[in-house]
Amino acid sequence: MVSQEMPRDASGAGASFINDPRIRGLIYQAVLFVLLVAFVYWIFGNTVDNLRRSNITSGFGFLNSRAGFDISETLISYSSNDTYKWALVVGLVNTAVVAVTGIITASIIGFLVGVGRLSENWLIRKICMVYVEIFRNIPPLLVIFFWYLGVLSALPQPRESIALPFGAWLNNRGFFLPAPIWGEGAWLIPVAFLLAVGLCWFVARRAHQRQAATGEQFPVFWTSVALLVGLPLLAFVAAGFPLTFEFPKKSTFNLLGGTQIRPEFLSLYLALSFYTAAFIAEIVRAGILGVNKGQTEAAYALGLRRRPTLRLVVVPQALRIVIPPLTSQYLNLTKNSSLAIAIGYPDLVHIGGTILNQSGHAIEIVAIWMVVYLGLSLVMSGFMNWFNAKMALVER
Amino acid sequence: MKNHVKAILGAAVLGLAASAASVSSADTLSDVKAKGFVQCGVNTGLAGFSAPDDKGEWKGFDVDFCRAVASAIFGDPSKVKFTPTNAKERFTALQSGEIDLLARNTTWTLGRDTALGLTFVGVNYYDGQGFMINAKKLPGVTSALQLSGASVCVQSGTTTELNLADYFKANNLEYNPVVFEKLEEANAAYDSGRCDAYTTDQSGLYSIRLTLASPDDHIVLPEIISKEPLAPAVRQGDDKWFNVVKWTYNALVLAEEYGITQANVDEMKSSKNPDIQRVLGAEAGTTLGTGLGLDNDWVVKIIKGVGNYGEIFDRNIGAGSPLKIARGLNALWTKGGLQYAMPIR
Repeated sequence: MVSQEMPRDASGAGASFINDPRIRGLIYQAVLFVLLVAFVYWIFGNTVDNLRRSNITSGFGFLNSRAGFDISETLISYSSNDTYKWALVVGLVNTAVVAVTGIITASIIGFLVGVGRLSENWLIRKICMVYVEIFRNIPPLLVIFFWYLGVLSALPQPRESIALPFGAWLNNRGFFLPAPIWGEGAWLIPVAFLLAVGLCWFVARRAHQRQAATGEQFPVFWTSVALLVGLPLLAFVAAGFPLTFEFPKKSTFNLLGGTQIRPEFLSLYLALSFYTAAFIAEIVRAGILGVNKGQTEAAYALGLRRRPTLRLVVVPQALRIVIPPLTSQYLNLTKNSSLAIAIGYPDLVHIGGTILNQSGHAIEIVAIWMVVYLGLSLVMSGFMNWFNAKMALVER
Repeated sequence: MKNHVKAILGAAVLGLAASAASVSSADTLSDVKAKGFVQCGVNTGLAGFSAPDDKGEWKGFDVDFCRAVASAIFGDPSKVKFTPTNAKERFTALQSGEIDLLARNTTWTLGRDTALGLTFVGVNYYDGQGFMINAKKLPGVTSALQLSGASVCVQSGTTTELNLADYFKANNLEYNPVVFEKLEEANAAYDSGRCDAYTTDQSGLYSIRLTLASPDDHIVLPEIISKEPLAPAVRQGDDKWFNVVKWTYNALVLAEEYGITQANVDEMKSSKNPDIQRVLGAEAGTTLGTGLGLDNDWVVKIIKGVGNYGEIFDRNIGAGSPLKIARGLNALWTKGGLQYAMPIR
């Protein structure tokens, strides 16, 4: 640092190039790079050598062998005759399912609680505070155990299942819902939905253009809702109600048929949602408090009402503060989903662990875990960065 | 700033290089003698096989095998340190040199023998996989073939998990696996009624049944769906250590065959039977023990420390224990079982 303050021309012909901070920096970089490459090379060589010496087979060829074990929760088709590779994909899908549903729920709860903490109502404010302080200070694993052992295990046995409305059941094997069976012509419904999405986009664009040109406003939100609900409903009626339900029925061991949501998934999903929501609530609160009060006052002074003030002035500025830490929370939730192993939800780590043990390829499996979680995190932070850039205020 | 980074990196490289130099050498016997104890991998808690008692002391069939090896080397069954391992960690612990010996009701299979770099020393318990159900809740079920549609608790990464899948597939039955990594978690889930059935080796089922809230409600179904030869294992490529552990097992069985017990081992040394004299190292000019890298009275030390195979069996899992498992396949070959020791001569 000192060298940079020296006048440049003084170091001219007489001084050695070593004193040139730019060249010296380059040398450091080069040395560091060489050391790093040597380090990685040495680690890799050492590992391969040690594995060979202990007569342990290595390489990724084992991924094509038959898995041989069954998985309870499979969103995509899987049987014990599939390969290890496919079993890992099943695990990855399960991780993704719990991460995505968890992120959505955690965001909703977190937003509500965060706003609740700023409520004028003393009771709501305190309840939200207690919620945040409790969940923020318990390790996530304990929250998972709380749901799994404390809540879901305590439900009655299958024979004494609790009947819920609409033919749903609840017992200690999970939550049983009637499964929808789509009949002929059901394809019209998703088509209608896609059409509605397209129309919404079109309406929003026209409304924006019209407002820019004439100043007249158009109720874009309610029109969109009407389109998104109405068109699929219309298609449903037009296709002649192509929907029947398969209801879960009691059998020797358990309820059969319908859709089962297992307690392993439920407890992981609920625990991750409630745990992460506590952090998101604090982030949301910080975001809202971070917007200068003068901004709201200025908007009111310009004649904006409460709603547009929130939507156009406060929220965009709050989002700028909220999104970067929110990204970290989303990543945390995804990584915490690996705690699934404690309760037997077949996520990537659980299935990888089984494969590790059945095949003995520890290093390869750990490498796959690391690469997959790194990939997931990079994709998510990439998306959030893009979203952040889009939401950031354009400063002039 | 950059200087710091470089310094830290340099230190890290040096540190790793130094630690790499001490990676497990291939002479476990000398290492064990030098450190003064055997590091033995056992189950985290399977009553009768390996579980700490109320004083925190490890007890059980597998634990006693570790103690037998320690007795052979040091003449002292207490020179063992135990590493509780779950199904997933056990092989890595052995491969990495964290433990010297794995005695953890582990099934001997070809895959484990080859791909994992292990060597199994001999079958110390012949077992088979079975199912346990709660007979009170499921009074009509008397066979595993009636389990179609059941939820089955199982520990992950075991041969049990694979046999389960194969058995239900072969019999065209549906089932729902509930898979746990830890034995304790699987036990708790079964006990709470999360699963209709529990599957593992039959010996394990008897042991787990004792730990349930009301053991008498549960029955073990008659079907045995697999062969589970349970064997202690060591690392490949260390024949000297392999010999010590392998012959410790043989000595235990042989001692039972010759009627050498913890109580009479000293008298037996002056036995007229040349076989017994040879086994106990009382033969003049014998080099059988030193050939293993041990003392010539190594068998005496083993039997004094833990007793013979039959005594270990009875004390931990047989007639003298709460499990009361019959000898069955594990009786001596002379009594219709499969336990057959190689001759010590």
